[in-house]
Amino acid sequence: MSAQRWRLGEGGLIDRSRVLPFRFDERLLHGHPGDTLASALLANGVRLVGRSFKYHRPRGILSAGPEEPNALVELRGGARREPNTRATQVELFEGLEARSQNRWPSLGFDLGAVNGVLAPMIGAGFYYKTFMWPAAFWEKLYEPLIRRAAGLGRAPQAADPDRYERAHAHCDVLVIGAGPAGLMAALAAGRAGARVLLVEEDAALGGRLLSEAEEVDGRPGAEWAGAVEAELADMPRLRILRRTSAFALLDGGVVAAVERVADHLPEPPAHLPRQRSWKIVARRIVLAAGAIERPVVFGGNDRPGVMLAGAVRSYLNRHAVLPGRRAVVFTVGDDGWRSVADLLRGGAQIDAVVDARAEVPPEQAQLAARHGLRLVAGGRVTGTQGGRHLTAVRFADAAGREEGVGADLLAVSGGWNPSLHLACHLGNRPRWDAAIHAFVPGELPPGLVVAGAAAGRFSTHAALADGAATGLAAAQACGFDAAAPEIPRAEDAPRDAVPLFHVPGGRGKAFVDLQHDVTDADIALAHREGFRAAEHAKRYTTLGMATDQGKTAGVNGLAILARLAGQAISEVGTTTHRPPWTPVAIGAVAGPHRGRHFRPARHTPLHDWAAANGASFVEAGLWYRAQWYARPGEAGWRDSVDREVLAVRNAVGVCDVSTLGKIEVAGPGAAALLDLVYANTISTLAVGRLRYGLMLREDGFVMDDGTVARLAEDRFFVTTTTANAGAVLQHLEYCHQVLRPALDVSLLSVTDAWAQLSVAGPRARDLLAAVLDPGPDLSNAALPHMAWIAVRLGGVPCRLYRLSFSGELAYELGVPADYAEAAMRRIMERGASFGVTPYGTEALGVLRIEKGHPAGGELNGQTTARDLGLGRLVSTRKDCIGRRLAERPALTDPARPVLVGLKPADGRTPIRAGSHLLEPGVAAVTANGLGHVTSACFSPTLGMPIALALLSDGTARLGQRIRVFDPLRGGDLEAEICPPVFVDPQGERSRG
Amino acid sequence: MDYSIFGLLKNALTGNRLWAPVWRDPAPKQRYDTLIVGGGGHGLATAYYLAKEHGITDVAVLEKGYIGSGNVGRNTTIIRSNYLLPANTHFYEKSLQLWEGLEQDLNYNAMVSQRGVLNLFHSDAQRDAYARRGNAMRLAGVDADLLDAVTVRAMVPGIEMQDARFPVKGGLLQQRGGTVRHDAVAWGYARAADRRGADILQNTEVTGIRVEAGRVLGVETTRGFIGARRIGLAAAGHSSRVAAMAGLRLPIESHVLQAFVSEAVKPLLDTVVTFGAGHFYVSQSDKGGLVFGGDIDGYNSYAQRGSLPVVEEVMECAVTLFPAFSRLRYLRQWGGVMDMSMDGSPIIDRTPVEGLFLNCGWCYGGFKATPASGWCFAHTIATGQPHPLNAAFRLDRFATGAVLDEKGAGARPNLH
Ligand SMILES: Cc1cc2nc3c(=O)[nH]c(=O)nc-3n(C[C@H](O)[C@H](O)[C@H](O)COP(=O)(O)OP(=O)(O)OC[C@H]3O[C@@H](n4cnc5c(N)ncnc54)[C@H](O)[C@@H]3O)c2cc1C
Repeated sequence: MSAQRWRLGEGGLIDRSRVLPFRFDERLLHGHPGDTLASALLANGVRLVGRSFKYHRPRGILSAGPEEPNALVELRGGARREPNTRATQVELFEGLEARSQNRWPSLGFDLGAVNGVLAPMIGAGFYYKTFMWPAAFWEKLYEPLIRRAAGLGRAPQAADPDRYERAHAHCDVLVIGAGPAGLMAALAAGRAGARVLLVEEDAALGGRLLSEAEEVDGRPGAEWAGAVEAELADMPRLRILRRTSAFALLDGGVVAAVERVADHLPEPPAHLPRQRSWKIVARRIVLAAGAIERPVVFGGNDRPGVMLAGAVRSYLNRHAVLPGRRAVVFTVGDDGWRSVADLLRGGAQIDAVVDARAEVPPEQAQLAARHGLRLVAGGRVTGTQGGRHLTAVRFADAAGREEGVGADLLAVSGGWNPSLHLACHLGNRPRWDAAIHAFVPGELPPGLVVAGAAAGRFSTHAALADGAATGLAAAQACGFDAAAPEIPRAEDAPRDAVPLFHVPGGRGKAFVDLQHDVTDADIALAHREGFRAAEHAKRYTTLGMATDQGKTAGVNGLAILARLAGQAISEVGTTTHRPPWTPVAIGAVAGPHRGRHFRPARHTPLHDWAAANGASFVEAGLWYRAQWYARPGEAGWRDSVDREVLAVRNAVGVCDVSTLGKIEVAGPGAAALLDLVYANTISTLAVGRLRYGLMLREDGFVMDDGTVARLAEDRFFVTTTTANAGAVLQHLEYCHQVLRPALDVSLLSVTDAWAQLSVAGPRARDLLAAVLDPGPDLSNAALPHMAWIAVRLGGVPCRLYRLSFSGELAYELGVPADYAEAAMRRIMERGASFGVTPYGTEALGVLRIEKGHPAGGELNGQTTARDLGLGRLVSTRKDCIGRRLAERPALTDPARPVLVGLKPADGRTPIRAGSHLLEPGVAAVTANGLGHVTSACFSPTLGMPIALALLSDGTARLGQRIRVFDPLRGGDLEAEICPPVFVDPQGERSRG
Repeated sequence: MDYSIFGLLKNALTGNRLWAPVWRDPAPKQRYDTLIVGGGGHGLATAYYLAKEHGITDVAVLEKGYIGSGNVGRNTTIIRSNYLLPANTHFYEKSLQLWEGLEQDLNYNAMVSQRGVLNLFHSDAQRDAYARRGNAMRLAGVDADLLDAVTVRAMVPGIEMQDARFPVKGGLLQQRGGTVRHDAVAWGYARAADRRGADILQNTEVTGIRVEAGRVLGVETTRGFIGARRIGLAAAGHSSRVAAMAGLRLPIESHVLQAFVSEAVKPLLDTVVTFGAGHFYVSQSDKGGLVFGGDIDGYNSYAQRGSLPVVEEVMECAVTLFPAFSRLRYLRQWGGVMDMSMDGSPIIDRTPVEGLFLNCGWCYGGFKATPASGWCFAHTIATGQPHPLNAAFRLDRFATGAVLDEKGAGARPNLH
């Protein structure tokens, strides 16, 4: 049933016993476990897999790894669609669906290909030179056209249904890459007893050994790797993470990695995340990430059928697929000859081997002779032919004589670039190694060593030896030791090559960056126009900016620039290697912190009680707070809020204010510290008393307010606003640890330890007398306004603070958090006869606006104590944080806006916070602005809308009219300016 | 040669061999009338407006690397004038107006795209703060609209509105805001300044400022001493270090800001969106990549790279706001060094050293300022006096208290 016509009859690391059906562009195809999507496509003879970004040229599979620039597909469908997925890294699974992208109407016939004809006009940076007239056309016409043409695949449109996890790991030695170097490093470090983490991007360990027909220790490389893997798996302190890309090296020896836990499955099983992102903290890192083969830039080098020579071997040896039947091999040195041998073994016909070296070593010449291959020494490929895939290759010999041969595969070997990316993430620059014509790691970041091909040591023997040495050294650096492992026998052949990056003057476009369609002509144009710095050329042409980040393009681009400039590559410089090494799903890094779990949710001890009693909740920082308690028959939130406010004004209300920040400040230096951070004096506060406290920032503006209760001579209980609870504690710690380290003080957040209930209203005292255990004297004399006493409720020790935010007779009852709900129930039970009413944050807000208390809208970080009418609180008798800078001229300018109250002139029209204030009748322009509305509400007490505002010359304007202008929401009314305290200005009720 | 479609056509027919360097690469002269230190957007724009508005062409821009190697080439390209404080609103509006005519003025397509900037809000208090800002913009003659949740949903389909920790309640929209291709701004100003006679000197690092009797005489550079009557500093993230060469200590801290770009996908987001419940903003480039970022890392640094916690936070915000972004991949992250001022607003002013002028404190919002900054700095250098548009951007405002603290965050540069 399976028509895998390009599958070899035997060999490969695939499981032929199982056949996996899959679809590409709706076509049903078959492959085997062990295939990648790319190898399965090739096995089925599918060569054309995508269209290029700009010219929509037909493209095939270039590589067999993460460097793939062409074979990008939309994988899966619906909410799981993954655009731009490299077919070379997708493990085949049953029922896989993939689609080609960036083509219309179809992959075979793509109208976008007309761009190829326009190429001379739309070369590098053409868009900077046109589309300028008329200006308005950019957004309407040009840009939409460009945007539609650009982009690759289509993003999914629905929420990602899969889960993601985050994990942390600590180890002595992190080995990145499980090729021969990485395996040996892990073995050496593991045997020494170090805690080792081995991460490998591939599903299987072995690296190039899986792709090469070579032996290690007298057996096939893959088998040797399997044996090592078995030994590693038995080491209790060693962990292997496969399908895991280490994608970033960060400061402090931190490596970020992503593990593709379930991407090789049709869907993640219920118990597994799709991906897991790892934060790895390692004492030593061995980077053994291998190397990436380099293509050569020549005319027509992008046709499907042009493939990296090493990828040809991967498909032959690992996947048992013949990537072509009539092949030409183009190599700059020894390495391509391995593909010659393997292709011959796989049964391909080789029409020519074009070797850029003038002199080809005898064994290779003999190999050619033995098989009757045409050997073109000193040759160059100059062009290719074919429509949707390669049909012929043209090449020139050393004398420049050109000829062509038919071919469906052109294997290209331009040398290897070490994968040194992570070694450069901390800003280290690579160094050009003239012996191997490649960049190798330069100065290394602390704690990191590079081994094997990643360090430019390419033979298998060198990789094994390097791995053993670096792995052991890394373990030793962490205090472990063992004998060095024996180095297994392996090939140690020389890698002779000539530097050849580019064949100028060939036929057709010669692509440097295949994915972004950047040609040698584009680089020449950039050079001509002065974009000669490597970074300029990159940015002007977009070379290396595609999803592959120039893994196959970068060095060739630099080489072409260097030639144009008449410089050595080392002089041109490099562009910067930035994380991630390979593109990483945004969701993987986000992990589980998304949607409702984006941030933790904080619930007060009374949350469940409130929910059971009809509360609506509102987010307040991380908290959810009861906003109001709806009752049956109420038409809307205003009904509930008005009722709650009136209950407080006329009877008694109870509000959960547990979210206020609560801090205990204790120690002999506590009073001195509080005198420093509060603008008013705290040290004179008597034990058993409370004081309103105002805190300034260093720059003199108001930071926060709250109350301070003196619990004992050396112990204070401080509250902050809900919003600033964290910031104030941080500030106190800073002041203590940095500014006054000599003070003997300790600071403790007790926000979660205490539930705090505000009990407010004329019947508050009666209610408390009914609720608290008998005993305490609550009379004005015994417990006056701004004092506190210890009380018990049901035997539980509580604290009763007498203070008022609403202006009513009011208390805050501090109850240990665990008893909060019981206390609330008792309050509701015993308070029923007093009309006790729970109220939420909306009513709380109305009450404080009616009372003219500054809160969020006024404490906005831009106001001074004087602006808020609190100037007299700033003590002139002592120093405090912010006092000096509060005296700067602009902060004491009498023209600054001050806090006033507003009432609509018609007594009806609501005022909205955020409105601006203007003199009636003047033009609505900035210069005439006098201030703004900071808070507004409907006051059920006054029966009309009211507001607080900051108004220039506010005090002088009391009684006058002002225009309240809110063009954004269509508001425009006149209001009367009044003092900011609307209720009980003498403050008699709270003292009653 | 002027750029146009006809030029492209003509060159296409002649094998694109006739294009000339976009700016010259002259050898430094021994002396210039005016030197600008820093070949970022602001320095290059200053050189251009010195020539265009004030006829001062004996100017060199000194850049230690290649032009645009600093923040102008690594920002997230957002432009807007949606500020609260009058001094800022007017300045940034001037900038937006210059952006609107930039391409015709420079004969260079910087792809100014007025696709709208939408700031989301998630609470009543945030709505009121945005309303205050939007109304301030309206008073200043700047466009602003307050959108409700329904309108936001219709405008930006991918946003998760409801099933969220902090549901979106609406947004403040400035339709005239948008994005600009950042590199093109550097190149366009460089070309235009060069065409008017300014010398752009790349790979010329200023290593010292020669001051005698309280006056500048010139600068030491890696290519020798260059004399000048006036020197304008526009070194952005390196302002403190450059100013220190003239003995000045600035109210500036250097911090890292990171940014990210995703793989290119077909158009899915037409507006710049900022999240109001976390540090995150995003737009989609014309090439198709989602360009996004968040808050500064919060510690002082001159390294152009950041740390993992901020990366994680930005990604959390991204998938929370746009759950469909989860499977898209980001392909590059980078950082830039920000010149964070003590109140979050810039400084364009004279200095106590005669002939030495200062342009810095751009925080993470100086890209949008580029045209107006160059324009005002040129005015300040040419006339010796600040223009009314930059009169509030004084160096001494921290002494007088006349700070421009948009967010009310105080003198905490890591909070602006
Ligand atoms: C990640 C990121 C995202 C951002 N996003 C936005 C955004 O969306 N919108 C926005 O408005 N702003 C944004 N910004 C801020 C904006 O990029 C900067 O405020 C602005 O670019 C600074 O001005 P500039 O262009 O002149 O700076 P730069 O381009 O940094 O120019 C300063 C130049 O001075 C040079 N220099 C320094 N020292 C010397 C010396 N000794 N001698 C010679 N030359 C020297 C530097 O090499 C550099 O080229 C962002 C910044 C970053 C890093």
